[in-house]
Formats: sequence, structure tokens, C-alpha cells
Amino acid sequence: MTDAPSPRPGGAMVEFDGVGLRYGPDAEVLCDISFNLQPGSFYFLTGASGAGKTSLLKMLYLAQRPSRGIVRLFGEDLVNMPRQRLPGFRRRIGVVFQDFRLIPHLSARDNIALPLRIAGVSEEDLSGPVGEMLSWIGLGERADAHPATLSGGEQQRVAIARAVIARPQLLVADEPTGNVDPEMAMRLLGLFEALNRLGTTVVVATHDVHLISRIENAQMMRLEKGRLSDPTGALRYPPANRA
Amino acid sequence: MIIPRVPAQHRRLLPDRRLSGPTPWVIAILMMLTLLAAAAGVGLARSANAIGSAIAGRVTVQIVTANPVTRAEQAAALRRAAAAQPFVLSARAVDREELQATLGQWFGSADGDDPVLNSLPLPALVDIDFVGANRNRQMQELRALVAAEAPGARIIPHAEWLGPVARLIGSLAWIAGGLVLLMTLASAAVVIMTARAALGTHFATIEMLHLIGATDRQITRLFQRRIAIDTAYGIALGSVVAAAILMLVGWQWAGITSGLAATASLGPTGWALLLALPLLAIALAALTARQTLLAALKKIL
Repeated sequence: MTDAPSPRPGGAMVEFDGVGLRYGPDAEVLCDISFNLQPGSFYFLTGASGAGKTSLLKMLYLAQRPSRGIVRLFGEDLVNMPRQRLPGFRRRIGVVFQDFRLIPHLSARDNIALPLRIAGVSEEDLSGPVGEMLSWIGLGERADAHPATLSGGEQQRVAIARAVIARPQLLVADEPTGNVDPEMAMRLLGLFEALNRLGTTVVVATHDVHLISRIENAQMMRLEKGRLSDPTGALRYPPANRA
Repeated sequence: MIIPRVPAQHRRLLPDRRLSGPTPWVIAILMMLTLLAAAAGVGLARSANAIGSAIAGRVTVQIVTANPVTRAEQAAALRRAAAAQPFVLSARAVDREELQATLGQWFGSADGDDPVLNSLPLPALVDIDFVGANRNRQMQELRALVAAEAPGARIIPHAEWLGPVARLIGSLAWIAGGLVLLMTLASAAVVIMTARAALGTHFATIEMLHLIGATDRQITRLFQRRIAIDTAYGIALGSVVAAAILMLVGWQWAGITSGLAATASLGPTGWALLLALPLLAIALAALTARQTLLAALKKIL
């Protein structure tokens, strides 16, 4: 598998230009979406239910190709990229799903270790990071528990740990704090912020206004009926890279 | 590799229970029927070939001259004359005792002392085997010889009366071969359905693996291994049962030493084919599973 390249210096990590998305013959659920995401930046994606947030995120984490327009990730055109090359790009993206999507027959430890195992990391090398991550999310004592025996909040923490364990360059999170208490929400947001400080570009879809106000210099993308508004102007005219 | 190697930690990505439910049992039944059909096909084909080569170059001359002394003289003369011909491999006058013994089986007395049997005006028979394959010319020359040595005698080519039987056996062998082919296709269809069902059952896991960067090859090897192992269990079970049945039939067949039945056997090639079939079946199942999985995964981004 060819590894995905890094974005060129000064270039955007993600570029969407005139992107549209439709499912089947229906009208477009996303229309004329254009934005750039800079390396090391923090973005919130907001919008009412049905505005197209999840569809936009699916294109970001390579679960969906656009119906039209240009999508570039790490400097590479993804619209026409052969699917055999996609795994190399996906390994550099961490995803937190709204519905967790933990593998039910695997323990919390094995779910968290999954991205490292898929990437071919040896058992000796992955045991340390996985243990640390379990302790950090407060599930060190429940490492062998299966998802069905974990609460919603615990499952969410495992899902987040799985998304960040491989230190992704781009982290995409769909309502990551929707199932955790406010204290844990802040801790998780702190983790996202820490990753962001280390250079990870973070995109968080959320309805939580309090969350948005907690991150300094975060930029906001707002979707309304499938179209993107740019309240801060930062998407088209990005600030200097903070990394 | 028929059953791909997958690291133990990756194997856990699929649940411990077997993937395919009744698949090993269905495969076992199909494998058993395939082996039995293959054995029947090989046995019948060998029998047809044996009969065909035995009868192809053989004729019997039947001398029905009323006077027994003249009849015996004509038979002896014909045997001598035929044996001297370059197109004849062997010529043999059938003994009266041999004829009586054969007929005695039908009359209920094989001892030769049956007065009815002794009173029958039996024809004199001369068996002639030809050399080479130019039957028309050989028959022409034999007719001339018979006309000279035993006028009025009948020439009976064995192919005339055993040929239809040989052709029937040959047809049955082809039908058995067709059954083997059909059951192989049915087995492949079962594997395809199993692979698709497995993909459907584990779609959420597969989607997740894709999204965290698993390649088609990694996912395919995982499922291919499990399906190949399941199928191998079924093939092993079916092969054991078929082997037991074939050994039982073979043991009973060994007691049959006469007639057409004696010509039926598997021979070394047949046994080699039967031994190779289960291995070929496992390879076919693994290949079918792999292609099905790869084709299905290509539909997912």
C-alpha cells in the first residue's frame, strides 16, 4: 500500500471546491461546498439536524465520494483516486462516530488497539500506548469489558480513544460529547485540544454551544440546508498556521 | 495459499462461532455425492474401455453343418487356415465341453452328463482375434476364408452384440462425469452464498475496518480463512463417509468375478483422482470465497 503524502508546506490539509453530493436521483444534500482546512487548525461544524453535517463528515473521512466538485486531502485529488490507495489515507484520519461503532465481540482494549493492529504495529509496541489510553479515559479497570457491558459514555470514550490512538493528522468527530457528562465532555475536548496542539487538524460536528466557546481560535463552519456558511471568514481566508 | 495465514490478533476480529452455520454439512453431503459419482464414473469408463477393447477385434465363426464329423473337420480346418493369416492374432476352436458347460448353466446341469444337453446339436465355434484396426478388409478376407473352409458358416463380430452395452456403459460414465461437474458448481454456489451471507452479517465490522484503513486484502484473508476452514471440515467429513461407502462396495464387488461386472474397477488413476478431488474442492472453495469477497468489497468505497 502506498502511503499517503503530507500536504505541501503552506498548503491546505483539506480542500473542497464546488463540491456537491446527492444520494441516487434525489436532490443534492450538499451543494457548492467550498472550503480549505489548514494543518493544525480546530474547526467546529454546526447546523440543524438534516443540514448535511454527517454527509460532509463522511466525505472528510473517505466513506463517500462527492457527486461533483474537487476534494483534495493531504494535497491529493481524492475524487479520481483509485480505491486501492484510500486505506493509506484513512490510516491518517481518526473518526469518532455519533453511534460509536465499536466492534461488539472485541474488548475495550482490542477496540482501541484496532487501528494500530491494522497498521501492522506489533503486540509489544502497541500494549504501552493502549494501556496509557485506557488509563487516560478512565477505563483501565475495564480494559477487558465488551461494549455491551459499558455505559453509553464509556463506549463513547472507547470510540474516541480508538480514533486518536494512532495519532491521526486529521481527526473528525461527529457529536463526540453527546453521550458523556459535562466533566467528561471537557476532558475529551481537552484531549482534542492537546492533539490539535501537536499538529492534528480537528473537525468536530456539534450542537453544543458551550463546547464551541471553550476552544480559543476555533473556527466555525455552519451548514444550512446543504450549503456552507462561513461566519468567521476563516474557511476561505484562513489565518496563519498556528502549529 | 489455500488457507491464508492470519495473525491470531486479527482472527479475533471475527466472532469465535463458525461463520457459515449449515455450510459444512451441505458441503459434506455434496462432497460425498461428488466422490461417489466420480467413483461410479471412473469405474464405468474403465469398464466401457475394457469391453470396447476386448470386443473391437474379435469375431466368432459359427459352423452349423448338420454332420457333426464334417462340422468338426471344418472347424479344425478353419482354425488352422485362420491362424496362418497375417491379419489374425489368434484363432481358437471352442471345445464342445466348454460349450456344454456354458449352456449347462442355463439348463441347470453343468456336469456335462445331462442327456438333453448331450443330445443337442451344438454348433462348432471358432474365436478369431484380429491384428490391427483395418476391420473392413479383415472381415472381407475372413469371409473369403470361411467360404472356402466352412461354407455356410456365420461370422459374428462381438461388437455387434456387446457394442450397445459398451456404449450404454460409456454414456453412464459421461452422466456420472456431468453429475460431478454439477455438484462442483453447486458446492461453489454454496461457498458464494456463504461468503455473501458472512459479508452481510459482518458488514458493520467490515465497514469499520475499512474506515480505519484496512485493505481489501486484509479483510478478504480474514473471511477467506474462516470460510476455507469451514469448508474443509465439510469436505473432510464428506470424504470420510464416501471412502467408507466405496470400501464397502469394493469389498462386495471383489466377490464378483464374472461377466461385465468384473471389468469395473477404479485402477490407480481412478484412486488418484478420488484422492485429489477433496484437495481440489478445498482450493476451489477458497478461490471462490476470495473472488466473491473481493468483488463484494469493491462495491464499498
